[in-house]
Amino acid sequence: MFYREAGDFKTSYKADNQTFPIRFDRYRFYAVLAVAWLVIPFVINDYLANAILLPFLIYSIAAIGLNILTGFAGQVSLGTGGFMAVGAYSAYKLMTAFPDVNVLIHVVLAGFITAAVGAAFGLPSLRIKGFYLAVATLAAQFFLVWLFNKVAWFYNYSASGQINAPERTVLGVPVTGANTAPWAAYLVCLGFVTVAALIARNLTRGTLGRKWMAIRDMDIAAEIIGVNPLTAKLSAFAVSSFFVGVAGALFFAIYLGAVEVGEAFGIQKSFLVLFMVIIGGLGSIFGSFAGAAFLVTLPVVLKLVGVDLLGWPTDLVAHFQLVIIGALIMFFLIAEPHGLAQLWRVAKEKLRLWPFPH
Amino acid sequence: MQDAGTTITADGRTIGPVVMEMKNITLRFGGVVAIQDISFDIREGEIRAIIGPNGAGKSSMLNVISGFYVPQEGEVWFKGEKRPPMKPFEVARQGIARTFQNIALFEGMTVLDNIMTGRLTRMKAGLLAQMIWKGRAEEEEIENREAVEKIIDFLEIQHIRKTPVGRLPYGLKKRVELARALAAEPSILLLDEPMAGMNVEEKEDMSRFILDVNDEYGTTIALIEHDMGVVMDLSDRVVVMDYGKKIGDGTPDEVRNNQAVIDAYLGVAHD
Repeated sequence: MFYREAGDFKTSYKADNQTFPIRFDRYRFYAVLAVAWLVIPFVINDYLANAILLPFLIYSIAAIGLNILTGFAGQVSLGTGGFMAVGAYSAYKLMTAFPDVNVLIHVVLAGFITAAVGAAFGLPSLRIKGFYLAVATLAAQFFLVWLFNKVAWFYNYSASGQINAPERTVLGVPVTGANTAPWAAYLVCLGFVTVAALIARNLTRGTLGRKWMAIRDMDIAAEIIGVNPLTAKLSAFAVSSFFVGVAGALFFAIYLGAVEVGEAFGIQKSFLVLFMVIIGGLGSIFGSFAGAAFLVTLPVVLKLVGVDLLGWPTDLVAHFQLVIIGALIMFFLIAEPHGLAQLWRVAKEKLRLWPFPH
Repeated sequence: MQDAGTTITADGRTIGPVVMEMKNITLRFGGVVAIQDISFDIREGEIRAIIGPNGAGKSSMLNVISGFYVPQEGEVWFKGEKRPPMKPFEVARQGIARTFQNIALFEGMTVLDNIMTGRLTRMKAGLLAQMIWKGRAEEEEIENREAVEKIIDFLEIQHIRKTPVGRLPYGLKKRVELARALAAEPSILLLDEPMAGMNVEEKEDMSRFILDVNDEYGTTIALIEHDMGVVMDLSDRVVVMDYGKKIGDGTPDEVRNNQAVIDAYLGVAHD
């Protein structure tokens, strides 16, 4: 009896345009926000932060970014890892070059740099589509990783070839480096996630989002109603890369602290984020979160069940994990191509009529 | 035909001066001549039909008008100015909207969103305003929504407003596509076989909508259609094409009695 729209009348287009038009949905959203901001920071510990919460939040941003490009604008990209690397190395160069500037500004700037790089690598999308574009973005992935390995300037000529996040503070609290408290790292990431999700939602439901979806669904018809494919596609690449760059910067500066590019931002990362988007649901902001949550918690849950509960050897569980993820992706592509977000939507539609479905 | 004056039709509509003129258009694809030296004009407020047997070059002509094809020879004049070669989206911004023979809607979006895309050229809010959904972005959304709702009312598709287009039957999709084209408030509306694949009832509905659009909004309409009965009843003037050439031009009655047209449709031996 809780999930109802009966009696919840809209009397203006403004009210009808809300993100959560159903009252129950709206309150649920506020409740989630309240728990995330007011409860979790007090109960968080090292394990919870590093195993689940930080990767979940950071991958959510990356998944939102890729979802804008692939889910909303229909341009397949396999360059996510490379663009995350651009974000990470931009943040590193900025942090070491301007140590007095707030690290949060560096992260945002890293996003803008990645947006520019992403738009440049998006240029082929004006000529090629689908698989061929995917291959072109794959070239971006390999080129960028090679670049950050090859050119010593990017890692400040350090002997190891790694980049290490120096300690930086926000309001006197360290958020990067070894002395970071889990709650501080969590709050920074949560802040970025909250803002990223709101911006992504607003962009995708408005004019720009309609342009992207028009290009995705039928580019010829999009052109005939006045969408310039050049600006629509490049803006999708830029906005998407911005979020991916921010995710990369956070992944390096706050989550890992030290990064070797091939290891942290290799092709596996591109696929991981792509899987998140596919499993979560193409063209859905909620799906980005669902997909990230799913792929981040799955290994943790499998390890809990396999190693701790059943007493299997760790390597066996690790291999099983790959099998299960592969099987799940196949399952989703066959059973529900629109991902977890669609399952959620269907569940809500059913719930709306429950218990009298006819 | 070149006079700038206005005429009043028998049913009381005003037909204004020439708004678009095609001058000696020739379009070739390699060795194939799709359109050969065709000229005709479209006057403001009229319903202008282009007819002809299959492969006559009708759709090619529509594609020339909407900017998909650039003719090798000839000029397109729009509102008294010669139009330089343009991309389709630039043509759209000039106020020319169209529908397609095989529906070209955005399947993943709702009916409402599809029609809202028709007004994209009018939405000017900056990126920042869109990001925070405040100020210009929100106002525009509401203003344009009001305009779109009028069209939804007009075409009687209120009940499917929030349905994804992919779930709709064919006839309704055609109507939504017309709504999207109308949402742009075009000065010329191009309809490529608006009644293809419809049953009699749906054809009657569509004919009524076309007449109403022309009557209420004063929209100039150029349409391609195969159903002769429909064309002759709807249109003010008809261009007849065959094998890329113009073989007739005039009112439905004139065209009906034109020997070349009768030959093309009933078939005589082509030399």
